[in-house]
Amino acid sequence: MMLASLIIIPALGAILAWRSERLHPDAPRWIALGALAAALAVTVAVWMHGQDGPWLAETNWSWIPQLGIAFRLGLDGLSLLLILLTLALGILAVAASWTEIAERTGLFHLTLLLTLAGVVGVFLALDLFLFFFFWELMLVPMYFIIAVWGHEERIGAAIKFFIFTQGSGLLMLIAILAIALVHLQATGRLTFDYFELMGMALGPDVSLFIMLGFFVAFAVKLPAFPFHPWLPDAHTQAPTAGSVILAGVLLKTGAYGLLRFVVPLFPDAAMRFAPIAMLLGAIGVLYGAVLAFAQNDVKRLVADSSISHMGFVLLGIFAWNALALKGVVVQMIAHGISTGALFIIVGLLQERIHTRDLRLMGGLSAQLPRLSMIGLFFAIATLGLPGLGNFVGEFLVLLGSFDANPPLTIVAAAGLVAAVIYALTLVQRAFHGELRRSSSAPDLCLREMAVMAVMMILILWLGVRPQPLLDTVSPALLNLQKLDASHAALTEHQP
Amino acid sequence: MSSADFLAMLPFAVLAAAAIVIMLLIAAGRDHRRCAWASAIGLILAFAAIPVAAAYAPRQVTALFVADAYALFYLGLILVAALAISLLSYGYLESHNDSPREEYYVLLLLATLGATAMVASSHFAGFFLGLETLSISLFGLIAYPRRLDRPVEASIKYLILSGISSAFLLFGIALIYADLGTLSFARAARPALEGGTPDLFWLTGIAMFLAAIGFKLSLVPFHMWAPDVYEGAPAPVAAFVAVVSKSAVLALLLRYFLAAGAFESGAVTGALSIIAILSMIAGNLLALLQDNVKRILAYSSIAHLGYALVAFLAGGPLAIEAVSIYLVAYVVTTLGAFGVVTLLSPAGLGRDADQLVDYRGLFWTRPQLAAVFAAMLLSLAGIPLTVGFIAKFYAFAAGVGADLTGPVAALVAGSIIGLYYYLRIIVATLTPLTIGGPLPQLGPPAHQLSSAVMAALMFLLIALGAYPSPLIALIRTSADVLAGAHKNGP
Repeated sequence: MMLASLIIIPALGAILAWRSERLHPDAPRWIALGALAAALAVTVAVWMHGQDGPWLAETNWSWIPQLGIAFRLGLDGLSLLLILLTLALGILAVAASWTEIAERTGLFHLTLLLTLAGVVGVFLALDLFLFFFFWELMLVPMYFIIAVWGHEERIGAAIKFFIFTQGSGLLMLIAILAIALVHLQATGRLTFDYFELMGMALGPDVSLFIMLGFFVAFAVKLPAFPFHPWLPDAHTQAPTAGSVILAGVLLKTGAYGLLRFVVPLFPDAAMRFAPIAMLLGAIGVLYGAVLAFAQNDVKRLVADSSISHMGFVLLGIFAWNALALKGVVVQMIAHGISTGALFIIVGLLQERIHTRDLRLMGGLSAQLPRLSMIGLFFAIATLGLPGLGNFVGEFLVLLGSFDANPPLTIVAAAGLVAAVIYALTLVQRAFHGELRRSSSAPDLCLREMAVMAVMMILILWLGVRPQPLLDTVSPALLNLQKLDASHAALTEHQP
Repeated sequence: MSSADFLAMLPFAVLAAAAIVIMLLIAAGRDHRRCAWASAIGLILAFAAIPVAAAYAPRQVTALFVADAYALFYLGLILVAALAISLLSYGYLESHNDSPREEYYVLLLLATLGATAMVASSHFAGFFLGLETLSISLFGLIAYPRRLDRPVEASIKYLILSGISSAFLLFGIALIYADLGTLSFARAARPALEGGTPDLFWLTGIAMFLAAIGFKLSLVPFHMWAPDVYEGAPAPVAAFVAVVSKSAVLALLLRYFLAAGAFESGAVTGALSIIAILSMIAGNLLALLQDNVKRILAYSSIAHLGYALVAFLAGGPLAIEAVSIYLVAYVVTTLGAFGVVTLLSPAGLGRDADQLVDYRGLFWTRPQLAAVFAAMLLSLAGIPLTVGFIAKFYAFAAGVGADLTGPVAALVAGSIIGLYYYLRIIVATLTPLTIGGPLPQLGPPAHQLSSAVMAALMFLLIALGAYPSPLIALIRTSADVLAGAHKNGP
């Protein structure tokens, strides 16, 4: 019940926020904040009072018994951290778009909260059908966020986003059905349960094909090169809150899927595929960095840098050792916060100078000293300066991956240099040099400072003391690796 | 015929009686409201008679019809759809047509009777009777706004193509009869099942039979009539053609295929696979080129029948379940989509609200209707929380389970293309009113009855999408009859 309430609270809040617009234009904002804070409190409560063992809490309700589909949720350290990130970024996104979204606030917060409810569902689902259900469901409100409140080219971007993610989802659907039907033939029981499907022995070809179905869906969402073309458009055209949620949370569902499903369900096929996946990861790291360097649109620059950061995640996941996996988790959280913050900064800039074009910017540090300082802070967080969260993540990933595949790790490490170039170029072009266009509004107000301060503290804490976070997620990661090891032992015994 | 036979066929009798009662009511005096109520009550009574008939099921009534759980399930589906259409038509006719409105309901009930006769037939003669009753009533319904050019043109087109397809059908039936010496579905089974390779007579016959069915289901390459007829027909009638006539024909096809053992013939399933693939790909691609919502829905329905055929082709018990779920979803969703078009269509424009520009900014002027429309379109695209998702899931499950590589690949490709044009309509409803020309001219606020129908459809869409378990249970009981009959033989 506790776990279901994590989905129900935002969903109910969404409906309340939508209806409350007629009372006061700001009412939806407060309701959204309240609902997310309540969900956050429940999450923390589950964390504090959870069961022992890797699974902190579980829920298992009957749903469509004829097809062996259950409403099964489970929360382990990995889900917990990602849900905390989701809800926290949700709160920050609502706060950050307080003045940006002036029209149809009710509808806006409805879609925002529904997206978050869907994402939380994705992080909790332990039934493959339920997972797919939430997976597809979260895209619809996000589509509306981009299509209604986005910038100039929003329609094309929204459709591209929807078709890429939905289309790749169909491949995953086929893969889910294939694995369930193979299980049906082997045992005579139709089920979509994660744990029941996990122990299954599959032939090498079958498992590779089914794994690829999952992989493509998750690689599109991550996004991994060459499945990324939707990302720059969607992130650039979405309103600030949309970009924050997209980059901070939605991309993580791809990584989560790889961690939770692809490797544990198909360890053997995943290991055979690992060199290719790691190659795609390394290419993504460099390619994203090069793309980011070439952009004149600040928002596009930040979006392309996400491709680069998620390349590290892909690299680390397919290295599949304890060190790399911890790095992946830290990288996901740090990227969520730092990139979210950068999107908020771009939003704040756009509100003040009404452009995102770097060619029209410059010299803002004198006019907007606070914004410029914070911009610098998150730019160097992005480039991986030691002491900030991203460094910990990237460092651990590289360390772990070096064991698995030294050449590709060396290639990916070059991405760190490229990151320095694009991040510092961004700071230089936007905030320094001669003043081109002056700001129409004063520097950051208290609300905006508070949002940024929270994010700075989080990223700093992550960089200086990542241990509590690693302790939280370690049992879950160990459990994933153990499941995979026991499965590997199982397959070896098969004739 | 014994009294039990009559009771088993009670829903059909009620339906036929209702048509006659309305005719008498018209003779007594023209009153649109009275006729509309009579037709609604007739449909409800027929629906209420289903439990009576169920008590006697399964029962063979004469050589032509069988009242079993499968027939009664589709009977219920068709009656609910016809009721929704007749209620939607009331508001539409009330604001639209200056010509006499009352006969519309007679035709509607007769067409419904034809469709229900089809789902209960176990004999080619029963099938043909039902089909012709349905088609002939439809000629009148399509051309009902008889002073307008386009409905009449559409009706003539439907008349001619229907005639051709009936000719194919009769010739096909004749060839099958020549081969097997019987017109009954059940007894037709034996030689085809026992004889190894079916001979040329049977194959030619079944090919002609499938061509005729292809016309009725508007499958590629027999689809040319569908967009024109949908565009020309009044919106509620287009809904009837899309929903009632197609589900009845598909339900019948499934019964025949299982009884006649046509699934064993590789040539037949191969041909159907190609037809399904063509329908999915061509239907979706052609929909991309349209600017007319009714035409988009027509092409989308071509593609959806292709998806349903994927479920159909799987054969066996899963196919019956999957096709039934698919048809329920298709009925609810398509009715909802056409219902929105019906509700928005203004009088005196000479056409329905079917241009894409008519939907500009709908989300801001008529938020509720636009939300319903968006939900229906998302269901057509197969998004979760709508019944369309469950249907798509079943189609995929059936296709993957039966290893239908080609059709499943086309299903994926078609679904992705489909997203684009469904989203295109949603985008139009989201366009701010400040962009573009003057406000589109739309119909008056919906009649209360029509609003209630839309609310009910919306409820069904979400409820069946979120909790399909009872529906699946219901369909399984009806599917068991057919699967059992297939397994045990006649």
